[in-house]
Amino acid sequence: MRIVVDLNRCQGYAQCVYLAHEVFRLHGQEALTYEPNPDDERRLQVERAAAACPVQAIMIDRVEGADRGATS
Amino acid sequence: MTLRATVEELVREFRANGRIVIVGASLAGLRAAETLRAEGFTGSLTIIGDEPYEPYDRPPLSKQVLKGWVPADHTKLPRMREVDADWRLGVAATGLDRDTKQVRLADGEQVPYDRLLIATGTRARQWPNPSEAALYGVHTIRSRDDAAQLQKALAESPSRVLVIGAGFIGSEVASVCRELDIPVTVVERGSAPLVGALGGVIGEIAAQMQREHGVDLRCGLGVSSLEGDSGGHVRRAHLSDGTTVDADVVVASLGSIRNVEWLEGSGLAAGFWGVGCDAGGRAFDINGVVTDSIYVAGDVARAPHVLYEYQFLAMEHWDNAVLGAEVAAHNMVNLEPNYRPHLLLPGFWSGQFGVNIKSVGVPPFGDEIVFTQGSVEERRFAAAYGHGGRIVAAVTFDHGKWLEYYGKLIEQSGPFPPPPPGWDQPPDMKPVPAEFPDPRVPTAIPDVVLTGHAPSERTAEFRPRRH
Repeated sequence: MRIVVDLNRCQGYAQCVYLAHEVFRLHGQEALTYEPNPDDERRLQVERAAAACPVQAIMIDRVEGADRGATS
Repeated sequence: MTLRATVEELVREFRANGRIVIVGASLAGLRAAETLRAEGFTGSLTIIGDEPYEPYDRPPLSKQVLKGWVPADHTKLPRMREVDADWRLGVAATGLDRDTKQVRLADGEQVPYDRLLIATGTRARQWPNPSEAALYGVHTIRSRDDAAQLQKALAESPSRVLVIGAGFIGSEVASVCRELDIPVTVVERGSAPLVGALGGVIGEIAAQMQREHGVDLRCGLGVSSLEGDSGGHVRRAHLSDGTTVDADVVVASLGSIRNVEWLEGSGLAAGFWGVGCDAGGRAFDINGVVTDSIYVAGDVARAPHVLYEYQFLAMEHWDNAVLGAEVAAHNMVNLEPNYRPHLLLPGFWSGQFGVNIKSVGVPPFGDEIVFTQGSVEERRFAAAYGHGGRIVAAVTFDHGKWLEYYGKLIEQSGPFPPPPPGWDQPPDMKPVPAEFPDPRVPTAIPDVVLTGHAPSERTAEFRPRRH
């Protein structure tokens, strides 16, 4: 799956880090880093993290597989 | 049929069967394509990109990718909707013919358009000496391939990394090196890291941060030359003060160059500074007249900004790519009075040395700075930039929750120094000069000259300076 976090919007509440710690990590007190293309088996965790984000900064792929043009 | 009805019919026909070409397959190009479909455009859509990859996100490249946590090919951008496009990846656009409305590709093909979006972005400025730049171990970082190569080099535990240029990318690379416990020297021509983006006062704090983390930071110096061994591997750098630095990895982070060469001869206002456009994304021609069928978005766009005295600003920020693309795409399939303006309050972030640096507004527009919250010693603070008695930007170090407060003040043309937000104010709130470098440095900006005499023949022309 694919995600992107709007880090202008992110305020480092770190709810996502608690809910999907393999995908989201804090670098220091406030700077969020993350795995943009996590394994599909993490989808439920990531969806929960996105739903819990107080500023709704986590965007998740809405298109499955098809229509991605080149696949590399 | 009335004229109005004819125009409406034309718009309907264009939305149904028109041809749109997007040049640039990165963040702005992708978001523009999605917006076009969301707006009901069902015609043909072609997306041209010089890299062989589908759109990917760049900010992670200099952070989690370099560190080795996330592979470089794990940065593919999520798709927010189907775009049903003809993707032409791995082939660069090399020319634009506005008379025949065709984009020329590197493989010789011509792609016709009714409306065109230019979103070709920027590329990393290479080390200027080509034979030194070709030495094994000399890197830049902009693309996914760049990041993969540099990550591999860092994973091989080099004896020392030399970073040339301490802007955001150079500072992030230095930060990753220290996290990986790799010795790193940073050489910066200016007085401090980040000085161009945030000024000398904040730059001095960034310099202290680097030194506290063990970076060998040398400011006010240039690198004169790079020296390789007999195997063609970089080994040493000679600095402008006569000293040398031994390093087996060199990262040239010298800023970016806008990808406009393919527009040479197109008669657009495209050059060193980007592609000029109005706040609706419509490109200007070389005479400064707005075009009807060509739009610009992302890093390559340069548009007047209402909050900054209508000065033309190019903003190489993530949110500028997203929102500029959405506005341009909307306007491509609409007519007046339904045009939308791109009225972004720019913002950016950079994670380095464990600190989250964020900003809103345009800091270099300010000439004074005042610390408004927190503590510089603890590396948790907010500061505001002022110009002419009003607040024009703010920066935070690990204080990002407060940026919204400053952003609203900037949008409302609030006073400088700003009213404090009533929380964690430092004892001294006296504005001081923000210490931005003098912008009047000589550059190779081309001359624009006027030619022709009769009013109908009078036109502008670029005369590039080759030095």
